[in-house]
Amino acid sequence: MPIIVNGREAPVPADVRVSLLDFLREQLELNGTKKGCNQGACGACTVLVDGQRILSCLALAVQYDGLEVTTIEGLAHDGALHPLQQAFIDHDGFQCGYCTPGQICSAVGMAGEVARGVPSHVTGDLAATEIALTHDELRERMSGNLCRCGAHNGIVDAISEIYS
Amino acid sequence: MIELTYTRAADAADAIRRAGAENAKYLGGGTNLVDLMRETVEVPAALVDVTGLPGEIEETSDGGLMIGAAARNTAVAAHPKVRSRYPMLTRAIVAGASAQIRNMATVGGNLLQRTRCTYFYDTDGSRCNKRTPGAGCDAIEGFNRYHAILGASPACVATHPSDMCVALAALDAVVHLRSAYGERTVALCDLHRLPGDRPDVETVLEPGELITGVQLPLSPIARHSTYRKVRDRSSYAFALVSVAAALELDGDTIADARVALGGVAAKPWRAWRAEETLRGQPPTEETFLQAADAELAEARPLAGNTFKVDLARRTLAAVLQELTEGVR
Repeated sequence: MPIIVNGREAPVPADVRVSLLDFLREQLELNGTKKGCNQGACGACTVLVDGQRILSCLALAVQYDGLEVTTIEGLAHDGALHPLQQAFIDHDGFQCGYCTPGQICSAVGMAGEVARGVPSHVTGDLAATEIALTHDELRERMSGNLCRCGAHNGIVDAISEIYS
Repeated sequence: MIELTYTRAADAADAIRRAGAENAKYLGGGTNLVDLMRETVEVPAALVDVTGLPGEIEETSDGGLMIGAAARNTAVAAHPKVRSRYPMLTRAIVAGASAQIRNMATVGGNLLQRTRCTYFYDTDGSRCNKRTPGAGCDAIEGFNRYHAILGASPACVATHPSDMCVALAALDAVVHLRSAYGERTVALCDLHRLPGDRPDVETVLEPGELITGVQLPLSPIARHSTYRKVRDRSSYAFALVSVAAALELDGDTIADARVALGGVAAKPWRAWRAEETLRGQPPTEETFLQAADAELAEARPLAGNTFKVDLARRTLAAVLQELTEGVR
């Protein structure tokens, strides 16, 4: 089975060692997804698989055949930015921009987790089925995405505007 | 990475058959193994993907839960019955890694993840008895802030990095195993080995043996339980020390307790001595500190982690105090 990337089918790589990240960047030339640490520590390579956020650097592409992968290139529709992309521009949620695709994909995945009631490290009441995306919840849930420039305040503001 | 083959197991029997190939490894979410392969710490010739095996979370006849080994960490943490009956397990899982990694990582893989000792990872420049038996250990005299204070040996002072396993140890979880020779169960507390002179042998698993599930027995005490993790930054970092604990009071007496420590040993450390000290005593800070002292009496810290003994002592007491206030 092929991998479906941003709605298009792509054959899985013949070499099983190819990470999903390298597959996206080097074989499909989707360079939006970034390679930061390449060891699961920075979140720059975050993409969505069937709506769930994962780290594409720790994923072997061959494990994802038949699944739907959404990268930053797949979030805009018909030339219109995803609302969160626009919010990052409006709130100056970046400086160098390298972590931005991962931040945005991660936030989209996070919103789904909050909607499903998935608890976080700072969730007080585990019995609660509805979670308010407070400042602390947002920061904890986005802690897997690092920004070396220190644009976190703008990033938090952008995500808050759309999802809080 | 050297060339290798990849196949996807249809079921447990198929996985075990495929794992009979030379130098084969089971592959779960890949969050640890793919990284170790890239660093050439792990050099498997064949990967057997077991993420398609059962990952359901189902009630058992005794009122406990059976978690399929392929269940993702997020699914376990978010499950309503885990949250209500075993809150320390949800708290432990969400204290670990990042949301992205928890979405990928499986329960079976979490159990078998390897130490994050930097010398273990440094294949080019460091000696490591876990990687190369008999090579020596550069951590003992090196940077050992994150290393063990309990159960270590002159050969290895690495710690087990899992948060989830610390809760599972306190919950008396049972690991279900399957191999070509049949099925068996092992208590989570007995799954991981202390290093001794063979730190490369980390568990009691036989070659090719597959973890098929983790069983949580019925545990009324676990309803009043929690997990606290102390780390160098407030999120997305491995534990310096962590405590999973449950407490049951009978008036002004501790009727029963469950305690396990993380970040202190090569295995999730069930604090049997602390539990024994707590039973029948009043739930006071003095009791809690006595229990911690009983558990930590044989702690042997290294130059870089002397602080861990007092940190573990105070964290244990603080968690028990929190639980005492919560159940009254």
